[in-house]
Parts: sequence; structure tokens; C-alpha cells
Amino acid sequence: MKRRGALGDALVLTALALWAVPFFWQALTSIKPDTALLAVERLLAAPPTLVHYRAVLERSVMPAALANSLGVAALTTLLAVALGAPGAYALARLPVPGKHVLLLAVVACTAFPQVTIVGPLFVLLRALDLRDTWLALVLADTSFALPLVLWLLAGFVREVPMAVEEAAQIDGAGRLATLGRVVLPLIAPGIASAGLLVFLMSWNELLFAYTFTASEASRTVPVALALFPGVYEVPWGDIAAASMLASLPPILIVAGLQRWLVRGLTAGALRD
Amino acid sequence: MTARARGAARAGRVMLMPALTALLVLAAWPALWVLWLSLQRRIPVFGIERFVGPSHYVFLAGDPRFWNALEVTLVFTFVSVALEFLLGLAVALALQGQRRGRRLAVALLLLPWALPSVVTGRTFEWLYHPSAGLLNYVLGGQAINWLGEPALALPALIVADVWRTMPFVALLCYARCLTIPVEIYEAARVDGAGALATVRDVTLPLLRRVLLIALLFRTLDALRAFDLMFVLTGGGPANTTETLTVYAYRSLFQTLQLGFGAAIGVVVGALVMLVAWAYLRAMANEEATA
Repeated sequence: MKRRGALGDALVLTALALWAVPFFWQALTSIKPDTALLAVERLLAAPPTLVHYRAVLERSVMPAALANSLGVAALTTLLAVALGAPGAYALARLPVPGKHVLLLAVVACTAFPQVTIVGPLFVLLRALDLRDTWLALVLADTSFALPLVLWLLAGFVREVPMAVEEAAQIDGAGRLATLGRVVLPLIAPGIASAGLLVFLMSWNELLFAYTFTASEASRTVPVALALFPGVYEVPWGDIAAASMLASLPPILIVAGLQRWLVRGLTAGALRD
Repeated sequence: MTARARGAARAGRVMLMPALTALLVLAAWPALWVLWLSLQRRIPVFGIERFVGPSHYVFLAGDPRFWNALEVTLVFTFVSVALEFLLGLAVALALQGQRRGRRLAVALLLLPWALPSVVTGRTFEWLYHPSAGLLNYVLGGQAINWLGEPALALPALIVADVWRTMPFVALLCYARCLTIPVEIYEAARVDGAGALATVRDVTLPLLRRVLLIALLFRTLDALRAFDLMFVLTGGGPANTTETLTVYAYRSLFQTLQLGFGAAIGVVVGALVMLVAWAYLRAMANEEATA
């Protein structure tokens, strides 16, 4: 491919920045006073203010929602990796009967629509008296997080050279020790990638969180933002500020951990 | 079987057990139970719970609202995915020759994709605002009610969906482009191939596999889409944006007909599985003949 000049590079970056304008517009709205919101040219001219952030942080359920989302997403990630890493190793390397059917079932799980299983999960979680708890959301989110982790990590395990494991076994290490001391450290970047993806999916999840919570205090960020209340009119500035807070973890991940995220994103698709 | 092989098989079972148990309880069991649920009339608020056989499915077959939702789902899926592919591919090809600012480019691309879909919904709701929205302003001070006009609501939703998912296609294709050896392009240039011919005869055939995989992911996601409709239109106006997922959701948790909602959920699940199965078969055939 012929490399082009700086002008072409700048054009492409400009086009991509334009694509992201909806987000920048929301960011700009979040720091403009209410009096400027209902006309675009006034919004552009008005001085910035933090009043919406103060309103959201002091007088809405958003702080609690941020804590709930962080807790649910982190615990889901931990659970999915803790269950998924040994499972993926077994699927990739050990003689498990019916392995191909199992792998197919795992893939089918990742394709299953949430709206199909939300009814039965609702009945189950209500029967267990788990509504309005983190545990309910962690368990529900695990239904899509675990298959993804199994699938991605099985692929990463297969990339570890057999010889490395055989050497460990000749040294007398058992299967579990081989997994813990040799394989896991080698696939650590893969675990980070899968973990980031699962964390994001869980952070963004709406349907389960909306269905399995009844009280305002147990809402997650997407639910709190979707149901953000307005008394007489829609508080666009506050909603924009809440949107920015909801976007913080994704932004940090995209800016700081880009390489791992892209690796996880492309791992499933580019491997043969 | 040697002792060693037996040990490995036992270790395999032990390591898989926790994950499989979790999946059985949290995914497989709900997926099977929803079938049973769909054969019942179950309305908890009235204490109604009885077996009615396939009558929900019979009702759906003659239900205009169901056929409308199916049509909306298919139109949304087809148009969104087609646009994402055209744009995503164009972006990937444009990025292929990028020399400076690659990290920034990827960050700009990843941003819309990584945001919660509810944020996307709220963001576009504000952009589409009839009097204060940026879109109407850019169009020269129009007062179009994008989300309230039956003819415009679905296109408006599709635009929001394309905005957040085009980057997924672009990134997959771009990542594949990076693995194409430079020598291939040099050979094409030596052979006198122009830029367009190079894309058509060199890049696109090499992207074929990743495009097919992205197509599968995106199609399944679009068939299952729910969040944007929930935030932006709730299925309205006049059910013009009511997809099967929204219809299922409304039946389950707004009118609280658990059995009937489950039946629609089963249809969505069957549709997704059918598409995945047809796709995997096509892929297998292609690999067998390749």
C-alpha cells in the first residue's frame, strides 16, 4: 500500500473527528448553562459552567448508580474470568468428551438474545429473592460474559506452545500447577483483553439491570440515565452531564488501554 | 488408557465443571424454560397460570402487530448492517495508508463503539431535538420532529445505530489490513495495477473472511437490538420502531403477560439461531470448496 502524505492523514483524522461530533456535542452541552440550551448559537457562545455536574452528583441517583455499575461490572468480570480461565484451558488442551458440541454450545450462548431469557431469569431471580441486589445482575450478566471469556481464552491458550507445558509437566507439575504457574502468566494479556470487553459489556448493559431492579437506589448507570427524571421539562444539561459520567470508564479504557481492547475485539474474528 | 491420560481427562472435567454448571443454570436452563413458559398463560398480577399449548404462537401468526414488528426488525437489521459495511470498509481502507496519528484515529473510532448504548440514545435524542437540536440547526433552522414523525423515526434510529457500530466493522477490517504483507502491494504495483484495481483484486479478497465474520456479529446484534429503541422511541410513533425485542419486552413487563412475551422471545431466539446456522453452513461450504 502506498503511503500518502500528511494532508491525507489529516483529512482522515478530521473525518473521524467529525464522526465523533455527537459525543463532543453532548460534552459541550454538559458544561453550558440552562439559559443557553434552547438555541444552538447561544449554546456555542455561553460561558462554561459545572452546574449540571453539581446537580447530577448532589441531587440525583447517579452517584449510587456509578457505584452499583462499578461493583456489578467488576464482579461480573472477576466471576467470568475465574470460571472461564480453567474452563477455557480444559476446552483447549484437555481430552474432554463432546468437546466440539460444548464449544458450539458456548458460541450459541453468546448469540442468544437477552430478551429471550429475561423472562425465565426474572422468575428465577424473584424466586431466589435476589431482586435489587448486585448478585442478581452479576449472575444475569455472567450468562453473556462467561461464554465470551471461554471462547476468547480458549483461543489464547491454543497459542501457547505445547513444548512450554510439556516442560512444566516433565518437571513434575500437575495440571492445575501447569495452568496456574505456566499457562495463566503466558495468557495474561489475553485475560486482560477479555476482561476489558466483559467489563465494558457489563457496564453498558441495560435490559437485565432495568428488569431486575425495582428501587431507585439499586439502579445501574444505564438504567439511571435512561430514566433520568425531569419535573416540568427535560433537564438536557443534567442528562448531558450524567452521560459524560456514564462514559468515563469507556473513555479511560479507549484512551489508556486501547491496545488490549483492540486485541480482544479482533481476537475472535481474525483467528483461523 | 494410560494413567496419565486418565488424569488429564479427570483434570479436564474438574476445570470445566464450574463454568459449565454456571452456563447450565444461567443460560441453557432459561433458554429451555422459556419454551415451556411460552406454552402457558401466565399473568402474575391476576394470579393466572395455566397451560394453553401453542395458542400464543397461533395468535402471533394472525397478529398484525407481530408481523409489523418482524418487518421493522428486518428493515432495521438490513439497512443498519448494509450502511455499517459500506462506511466501515471505506474507513478501514482510508486508515490503511495512515502514517501519523494512528492511535488517535483508533481512539476516535473506538469511542462511539465503547460508549453505553443508553448514552448514544440520550446523545441522539438531544441532537434530534425539534427546536434546539444540532441536526435541525445544521439543516438551516428546520423544525423537523425526527423521532415523532412516523416516516422518520426508524431512519433516525438506524443513523444512531450506524454511528455506534460502524467502528466495529472498520476496526476489524483495519486490523486485518495491517496483516497484509507489503510485498503483495508492491507486486500489484509492479504489475501496473491502479489504486482501484488494487483494492478490488488484492485487498477485498483478503478481507473476505473478516468481512463475513463481522457480518455475522453485526447481523445477530442488530436482530437483538433493544436499547436504542427503548431510550429514543419506546417503539413509537405508532409502532413504527417497534421491533420484535421491544414487542416482547412490552408484553413481558408492561402488560405483564409472561407467557405471551416468552413466545415472542422464542421467535427472536429462533430467528437469531436460524441466521447463525445458515451463516455457519455457508461458511463451511465455502471452506470445503476453497
